[in-house]
Amino acid sequence: MAEVETETDRPVPDELEESQASRRRGAEPEPQKGVGSRWLWGGLALPGIVWLCLLFIAPLYVVLAIIFGGIDPILRQPVPVWNPLDWDFSQFNFVMGRIFGPDPYFRPAMIRTVAYVASASLICLVIAYPVAYFTARLAGRWKGLLLAALIAPFWISYMMRMLAWVNLLQTDGLVNKTLSAGGLFNVHYAWLQGHSTTVILGLVYGYVPYMILPLYAGLDRAPTAMLEAARDLGASRFQTFYRVTWPLTRTAVVVSLLVTTLPMLGDYFTVDLLSGSPSNSMIGNLINNSVLTPGETGQAGAFVLIVLVVSVIPMFIYLRSTRSGTDIAV
Amino acid sequence: MSTLSPVSWWRNPWRKPWGLMIVTALYLTWSLLPVAVAVLFSFNAGRSRVTWQGFSMRWYYGDPLRSVWHDSSLHAALVHTLWLGVLATAITVPLGVALALGLDRWRGRIPSGANLAVIVSFVLPEILMAVSLLFVATVLVSPLKLGTSGQVLGLVTFQLSWPVVIVRARLLTIGRDYEEAAVDLGASPAGAVWRVLMKLLYPAIFASAVLVFADVIDDFILVRYLSGDSSTETVSIKVYNTARAAPTPALNALTTLLLVTALIVVTLGYLGYRWFTRGEKGAGAIDVFAGES
Repeated sequence: MAEVETETDRPVPDELEESQASRRRGAEPEPQKGVGSRWLWGGLALPGIVWLCLLFIAPLYVVLAIIFGGIDPILRQPVPVWNPLDWDFSQFNFVMGRIFGPDPYFRPAMIRTVAYVASASLICLVIAYPVAYFTARLAGRWKGLLLAALIAPFWISYMMRMLAWVNLLQTDGLVNKTLSAGGLFNVHYAWLQGHSTTVILGLVYGYVPYMILPLYAGLDRAPTAMLEAARDLGASRFQTFYRVTWPLTRTAVVVSLLVTTLPMLGDYFTVDLLSGSPSNSMIGNLINNSVLTPGETGQAGAFVLIVLVVSVIPMFIYLRSTRSGTDIAV
Repeated sequence: MSTLSPVSWWRNPWRKPWGLMIVTALYLTWSLLPVAVAVLFSFNAGRSRVTWQGFSMRWYYGDPLRSVWHDSSLHAALVHTLWLGVLATAITVPLGVALALGLDRWRGRIPSGANLAVIVSFVLPEILMAVSLLFVATVLVSPLKLGTSGQVLGLVTFQLSWPVVIVRARLLTIGRDYEEAAVDLGASPAGAVWRVLMKLLYPAIFASAVLVFADVIDDFILVRYLSGDSSTETVSIKVYNTARAAPTPALNALTTLLLVTALIVVTLGYLGYRWFTRGEKGAGAIDVFAGES
């Protein structure tokens, strides 16, 4: 939720050419205006780049080699195939066939993933936008304290927050007790036994804090003078919001949707803790259930590939669209 | 009496934003109350997680078998969690700061590719990285082994983008005048980076260390996939494994201890950040601890 400067068309510092020129002359590279050479900055970046190549990029290729590799017939272990020319698409086709084909074993989980993630993200936005708006614009001297309270869930482990709800939602738990209003009603709702509502609300509860922060940043940056001008020029409250505030914060909304939707796609533990039923499983559960099952490793890889493609594509579209705008707040 | 009519109340641009205030208050209650209840029940005298049976420290150290202090599987999880936090922070921060400096100043294809990789790794669902590293650990013969070493390597890779993002944001505000002045006064480029730029980057380095540590001790997906056996289980794995299987309030006590650790670290970090940036205009903003620099 900070700003990363993308590659802009900032001019290449001239000291690069100058220092190269001086090297060619065999002279000591004289420090010019602007500091450091390609070697200094390259040397500083090198360990990190090597690390990312070895532990981020290369493992993704291992995933491909396993999806398109074979399975040892006796040990049921995956056998990676490194050469793309020898890739065997049978495992991948098997998964695709069971999503799109006539035997749609995996299709319900895919549809559920889309439905859960979409509705949870929308509910998140509906909750987060007013809260961020109030904090950024109207909180006055309470702003610091309020911001601290909004950030707090960020530092409370996700598992602890889910554990809290598991305890509250027990059939004899505090939620049902509260709803019973001291014996007035008799509520014994089994919240934790495979209800989509519980899962969606759990996702909302888990990911809302991540959404509030980028929205807050966007609203805080939007110039107040513009809003005042809109009101002065006769726009109503809603017109001001619809025609000034919303367009000004549209980027922040896209970013906030991105940072909540993408992690939700890989979520499996929320379903496991709040539902425990395969009738609520999402694609994350499919990955988690097959990744350690002998013989199904390639399937897990295929699901991983689906999530990867689905999450990387919107990101690149977004990065492209903000090229000219120099900064992306991630 | 027009000031009291509903229409003029509605039109008054200076009226209190009651609606938004109520929404915010409700949100905060909903967001924090469940955690407060979980903390409260860690002090329950009985073993119920739904009925209050009086205050005790039973689940912290009182119970001779199941308290955090006496149940070795519980306190081992806490110790391992903190140990992973320390190790991963110690590697991530120097690596990330150097990478941030390099990426910020080095122009070309390689650094812009690396920059893209950092951004992608920042928002990619964690499970993708976890599964790919699990495959590396189980299928290949490599130094990456399941257990503490694998967990640390994975966490460093996942967290590397934090220091990069924070340090680069700070580099933008510092500008290049100071290092240029240092070089004009006779420092070598490396000396200018080490003796001038690094000093100016202290707040950002410090903030990213705090963020990485607090994030690592809450990590679940990577740590679970790359843990070899029960000896490398962390608090979050313990919660995941036992939350639905009628746990005792000792689990609440364990997570409360982790929560307290995280809050102490973040508070100290915030105070330290304010101390580092004292006298700077607009500094000391709490935003940086949301990664909001």
